[in-house]
Parts: sequence; C-alpha cells; structure tokens
Amino acid sequence: MAIKGPIPVVPAPVWRNFKDLQEWEALHKTRPDAGDKYSGAFEALTEGIHSFPGGFAVTTVTDAFLNWARKSSVWPVTFGLACCAIEMMATFASRFDVERLGMVPWASPRHSDLMIVSGTVTIKMAPMLLRIYEQMPDPKWAVSMGSCANSGGPFRHGYHVVKGVDRVIPVDVYVPGCPPPPESLLNGLLLLQDQISHFRRTGKKAAPNPKVD
Amino acid sequence: MTAADARTKITEFAGAVLTGGGTALIVSVPPDRWAAFAAFAKDTLGCRFFSFLSAVDLKDEGLEVIAWVDNTDGPFAMLMKTRLGPGVSACASLVPVYRGANWMERECFDMFGIVFEGHPDLRRILLGHDWVGHPLLKSYAVDTPHPPYR
Repeated sequence: MAIKGPIPVVPAPVWRNFKDLQEWEALHKTRPDAGDKYSGAFEALTEGIHSFPGGFAVTTVTDAFLNWARKSSVWPVTFGLACCAIEMMATFASRFDVERLGMVPWASPRHSDLMIVSGTVTIKMAPMLLRIYEQMPDPKWAVSMGSCANSGGPFRHGYHVVKGVDRVIPVDVYVPGCPPPPESLLNGLLLLQDQISHFRRTGKKAAPNPKVD
Repeated sequence: MTAADARTKITEFAGAVLTGGGTALIVSVPPDRWAAFAAFAKDTLGCRFFSFLSAVDLKDEGLEVIAWVDNTDGPFAMLMKTRLGPGVSACASLVPVYRGANWMERECFDMFGIVFEGHPDLRRILLGHDWVGHPLLKSYAVDTPHPPYR
C-alpha cells in the first residue's frame, strides 16, 4: 500500500509565534556569564579596598555579613518535575521544615534565589527550565536533586532525557538518590548554605562541586 | 450481542482473520479494509468504546497497527490489527469512525512515523515539534544526538 495523496505538513506550535517570547530569547542570548548584576566597576572598587593596607578588614567583614544574610534567606522556587518533587515537598513541610533555615518555598522565580531541579529533565522541558532559571535574579543557585537530574539516571539511555541538568544550567550541589529522602536533600541544602558562606566579595559565584561523570 | 454472535459475523466479513479465544477476539484485517472493518466493528458488532491504538515495529515484516475496541453492552472486546507491509508507513485513519482515535493516531505518528490518511490534524503530540526521527522505530538509534542538550 503506497502513500496516497500529499503527506500532511506539520505546522509549528502556536507559542513559537508569540513575538515577545522571541524577543525575550534574543535578549538573553547576549546575557553576560557572570550574571546581570555583575559590575566591573564595583569589582574594581572592592579589589582596590581589599588591596589597600588594612582594607581587607572592611571587605571581609562586609562579605561575612552579606553572605550570612544570603545564606539565611535562600528562597527556593517551587519547581517540581517528577517524583523527587514529593520528597522536596516533604522537606518543605512541617516534619523537616526547611523554614527554620530561612528557606521559604516561593511561587515566583523572580523573587527566588534557589532552583531545586527535582526530577527528570526531558528535552522538551529543558528550554522551559532554562527560562525559569534565567528569570531568577542574581545571585542564584541551583541544586540538582536525584539521579535523573544528576545524570539522567535510569533514563540515561532513553531517547528523550537530558543526561544531567548541568547541560542546561550551572549546578552548585548534586544530591544523589532515587529519590533522595528529605534528609539527603536537607544535607544538600546545608552544603549549599556552606557554599554560599564562601561567596566571593566580587559577586562571582564559588566554583561548583566537582562532579564525577 | 454475545461473543459467539460476533465470531460468526466476523467470519462473514471479507478479509478478516479471526484468532483468539474466549471473550477477547483478535482480528487481523488487510490494511485496505482497515477503516471499513472499524466501521463494521462499531455499527454491526456494537464495539462503540475505542480503548487505544498503537503500533508494533516488526523490523523486516514492517509495521503493524493495533487497536482495541470494547463492546460495553456485551461481554467481549476486540483487538483489531493490520500489517502495513515492509517499507510502508501509511495507514487509513480511524478518526471518521472513532473520534477517540485522534490523539492516539497523533502519538502513533509521533513515535512510529505512520501517516494516517484522513486524519484531520496529524502532527506531533508528545515530542517537540522540531524532533527529528521517530524514536520507537527499531531503526532509531537510542543515543541520537539532540542539540543543544545532548
């Protein structure tokens, strides 16, 4: 049985046709790597104060205060992808209660500091994940939660799964497990707070944890 | 209508090969009788509930489209299937008969590349619109690179 008639042409989805989304993507292609709050003049000023005799006391004390403030109010954006999100919700809930660490799950990426990528990132979901991450203001952090977000996990050899969310966004802390229990995620969040406390005075992010691939 | 009545009616249908026992009927039809048999199943046999439609890649023997329909009044269900033959990826659409086949056939086109003739809106439904290839075919390499994420 041969193909009769013309093969149907597959039209593009409608959301691609929105012009403001295209402009938004074009804007963020030129986004600096150091973040949109990065200032070269501010970095030069702080470097000058730091290298001035005795000036290190000012910068280190200011750094310690600012990092204490940053790590005490890490607001994760409520972003659940898969079954890891259940454990993430359990971590947010009363038994484990990350709010005592200053973490308030917030329903807007524009007011959040942390994205917990909890679950399998598919190739279709990856652009949306990147868009939500880029809507977060700097400084911002990302925690990769679970085997799927770390490396693709059991779906690594599937056809539709991104093999690790670090191919989409920079990741600071990797939490292993399938899914990680709330204790594991809590440990990862404490590691993240420790990492934030070593945030550099120039506004640059600390180097992410080394990952064994 | 009981399963025994359905058996006698199916054997009278030209081209249909009936296998299977009990209340689960398995019917193979040639691909050019596919839509006609679906209309026969809905109108004559009373299988008005369309359960699912999928396909099987049999490699050298080509693709096989399967569909499961239920008679909710009588105690029987029917698995109807057709072999498209090697190298053929076109099949008649069941949407004019069963409206529920719409998204199932879109998924089948998405995963197997089967072009359903007569489908009102045949485009990808699960994968992205820019996806290259049809991943449930046996000839699809699992580690096909999909830039920029892998």
